[in-house]
Amino acid sequence: MSERGLEVVIGLEIHVQLQTRTKMFCACPAGFGAPPNTQVCPVCLGLPGSLPVLNARAVELGLRTAAALECTVHPQSRFHRKNYYYPDLPKNYQITQYRYKIHPPLASDGILEIPGAGEGPRRIRVRRVHLEEDTARLVHPERGGGAGYSLVDFNRSGVPLMEIVTEPDLRAPEEARVFLTRLRAVLQATEVSTGRMEEGSLRCDANVSLRPPGGEAGLRTEVKNMNSLRSVERALAYEAARQQAQLERGEPVVQETRHWDERREVTFASRVKEEAQDYRYFPEPDLVPVVVSEAAWAEVRRTLPELPEARRRRYVEAYGLPPHDAGLVTSSHAMAAFFEETVRRHPQPRTVSNWLVGQVAGYLNAQGQELEDTALTPALLADLLDLIARGTISARTAKELLPEMLRSGRPPAELIREGGLGQISDPGALGAVIDAVVAAHPGPAADYRRGRDAALTFLMGQIMKQTRGRANPEVTARLLRERLRP
Amino acid sequence: MVGHALERIARHDPTLHAFLHVAGEEALDAARRWDDRYARGGDALPPLAGLPVALKDNLCAQGMPTTAGSRILAGWMPPYDATVVARLREAGAVLIGKTNLDEFAMGSSTENSAFGPTRNPWDPSRVPGGSSGGSAAAVAAGFVPAALGSDTGGSIRQPAGFCGVVGLKPTYGRVSRYGLIAFASSLDQIGPLTRTVADAALLLRVLAGRDPRDATSVELPAPELVGEGAGGVRGMKIGLPGEALGEGLQPDVRAAVEEAAAVLRGQGATLVNVALPSLAYALPVYYLIATSEASTNLARYDGVRYGLRVGGGDLYQMYAQTRGQGFGAEVKRRIMLGTYALSAGFYEGFFLKAQRVRTLIRRDFEAAFTAADLLLLPTSPTVPFTLGEKTDDPLQMYLADVYTIPVNLAGLPAVSVPCGFAGGLPIGMQLIGRAFAEGALLQAARTYERATEWWTRRPAAWS
Repeated sequence: MSERGLEVVIGLEIHVQLQTRTKMFCACPAGFGAPPNTQVCPVCLGLPGSLPVLNARAVELGLRTAAALECTVHPQSRFHRKNYYYPDLPKNYQITQYRYKIHPPLASDGILEIPGAGEGPRRIRVRRVHLEEDTARLVHPERGGGAGYSLVDFNRSGVPLMEIVTEPDLRAPEEARVFLTRLRAVLQATEVSTGRMEEGSLRCDANVSLRPPGGEAGLRTEVKNMNSLRSVERALAYEAARQQAQLERGEPVVQETRHWDERREVTFASRVKEEAQDYRYFPEPDLVPVVVSEAAWAEVRRTLPELPEARRRRYVEAYGLPPHDAGLVTSSHAMAAFFEETVRRHPQPRTVSNWLVGQVAGYLNAQGQELEDTALTPALLADLLDLIARGTISARTAKELLPEMLRSGRPPAELIREGGLGQISDPGALGAVIDAVVAAHPGPAADYRRGRDAALTFLMGQIMKQTRGRANPEVTARLLRERLRP
Repeated sequence: MVGHALERIARHDPTLHAFLHVAGEEALDAARRWDDRYARGGDALPPLAGLPVALKDNLCAQGMPTTAGSRILAGWMPPYDATVVARLREAGAVLIGKTNLDEFAMGSSTENSAFGPTRNPWDPSRVPGGSSGGSAAAVAAGFVPAALGSDTGGSIRQPAGFCGVVGLKPTYGRVSRYGLIAFASSLDQIGPLTRTVADAALLLRVLAGRDPRDATSVELPAPELVGEGAGGVRGMKIGLPGEALGEGLQPDVRAAVEEAAAVLRGQGATLVNVALPSLAYALPVYYLIATSEASTNLARYDGVRYGLRVGGGDLYQMYAQTRGQGFGAEVKRRIMLGTYALSAGFYEGFFLKAQRVRTLIRRDFEAAFTAADLLLLPTSPTVPFTLGEKTDDPLQMYLADVYTIPVNLAGLPAVSVPCGFAGGLPIGMQLIGRAFAEGALLQAARTYERATEWWTRRPAAWS
């Protein structure tokens, strides 16, 4: 809520690339990253005479999402043609299930709970879930320089997309980010999508407006081009503040589409003048209706894997994790799977969680990476934690090793050997250091003997400094006390 | 056979213009390979081994240009085979070439081809019908024993009737449409044009069957055609819809169809009167649904990826120039009509209402089929008209399909069989069957054919 008492109202429109092996309407691979125009066929190129055939797996993934979001599934839905001309659309129509208000989509009226700021979770309503095909990707060489042409990569043409639209239930930019994070974890847990925003497998547009609490929402703007969770929050915060400032100046908010500029951190209005497009939707005659039987729907719900929210509760109850930490550990499916596998090898759930939520998450945030982008494996982290538990290295040394392990995936034992980082527990070796430190600091040594325990801490610090933290704290303390005994 | 076909094409096609492309070398090579295999004996030959077959030029065949009769696709080489083409090849057929058609199969006379009209072998001053006019003329002139056509509102049956050959439109879903350049997806169906009903049945067996590339194709075994008229029509009830034998029908045509009914009765069938009250609405319904679908099916011809591109100016100018110069007048007329029918504010009144009336027409047929096993109608209200006679009057041209269009709207199978002549010009009669009842349909057609001699007549000039 902003200072003038105006409330931010946000609704999201999310496009999800489905994790199918093949495209929506043909047998071409749907994977990301192949050389341009190598994953194409007559169907996804829209060649004359080609026909679409629905990928049953895409429907299944749509249904899984519907089940995870507690939607109502419609026993029969149809694909429609959305007609408009653009070079990224090879047929000059898009096959989509969305036909405004006339035909039911695959599913509608769902719910996703997100952690609330105060009193319990917030229930965000999902308006609908439907399937459609992705467009090709346009490449504009030498933008501004005027190459005079554009290139089209049809690898993305026909990749299965699912659109999820929320009701305008979100009340803050941060809430939008939390919702998206939660939704992404759900999509990953159900193996519906990789949910990678930087690869475009999860895309988000948002409608933003302001309103007095309980009052009518004002005119809304649609914000596009937000390419990460962080940019969603920033873009929406900027846009809400911009609208607020505009209203304070006495200027009305204009209903328009605005693009987020990641570099300048502003939203700007599209230059293209928006005219009311008539998409001339009509039922796609090349496809038969999508029929979802009672039995198929029951099977989808029965086989649905554990969802992030259930998993979070389980971690709190079974492992005793603090609720906030459990939320972070389950914020992505990769993180949760990593956690469980590490715990299997190093059965100290709270320690594992502390390391993931603390050191590992800190590194990922700083690097802007996902856990799966790093070289760290559950086995490596478990090894590291074992080494601490056995006293081979100190926790401090472990923290120093972790970044290298995340980068290179090298085993901790190897790094310790190489860097001479093993903990020193040998009384002979420690004794020499202790003698030297005590000799160099006669004052504190005398203080300790006079009963000032704090002096011991100072001397311990000096020993750690000498050994670059490798002195085994317990052995050192015991030897030091013996050495100082009057 | 292939050599003979190529020879006849070389001699006579300059007059008739049935072909847009003749694959002479490739066809001779293929024929030689079949001859060798036949000479070696051994393994059994496939059903169409060495048989020359022509393809309507809206069917994609690798290695042959495919234009759909349009300048916008001139020179385009499809990189893939239509499912029917693959099935023909597998069955041993030798693909002779591509036949002329009305642009994108939109027309009833083949005069809408961007590459010039085809002429009727029975009288070259007259049209062969359309849109599969090239295929019908090629069979009638004895160039090939069989050709494929496509039928959206009568485009196989009407030219078959005009050229005195057999033309079969199978049930919607019986034959895969994959690789057929779409005109109107919910109406299009591929089928054979042949000299005899038995040949049509043979071709249907090769073409029919579920195709994983066409979601609207069905999994059903193709009917086996019984031997020489076996089974006959004894006990069959043949319905005569009064609506189809009334106004606008040329008297010679009516007489021929009534005589055909009498022949069928003579063979043991019972004639019954049936009603198709919504028949009158079929034409307007068709011209809303077919044009709506066509308006978006043809949106892909934009100059971006293949075919004609007329550049200059920005993207939208390229679209406009390419489509402006690439499409002919009739195609533009139908795209505009279809775009209008789907537009906001008109969708409910036009497209949606047309869909509802389509359902009524389908129910009319269902009701008629409770009283009759087959329906008998003329294929066309007239004999072939002369070139240019109707080109300035689209509505008159559309009326040529008044008896064939309802069948596509209902998705039913129908066959046109020669049933007489008027002034030396062929007359066709149309038998319509229940959905997926091609077996009974062809059995009756075959029985009729064997009981008459119309099918033995050939146009004198080309024999």
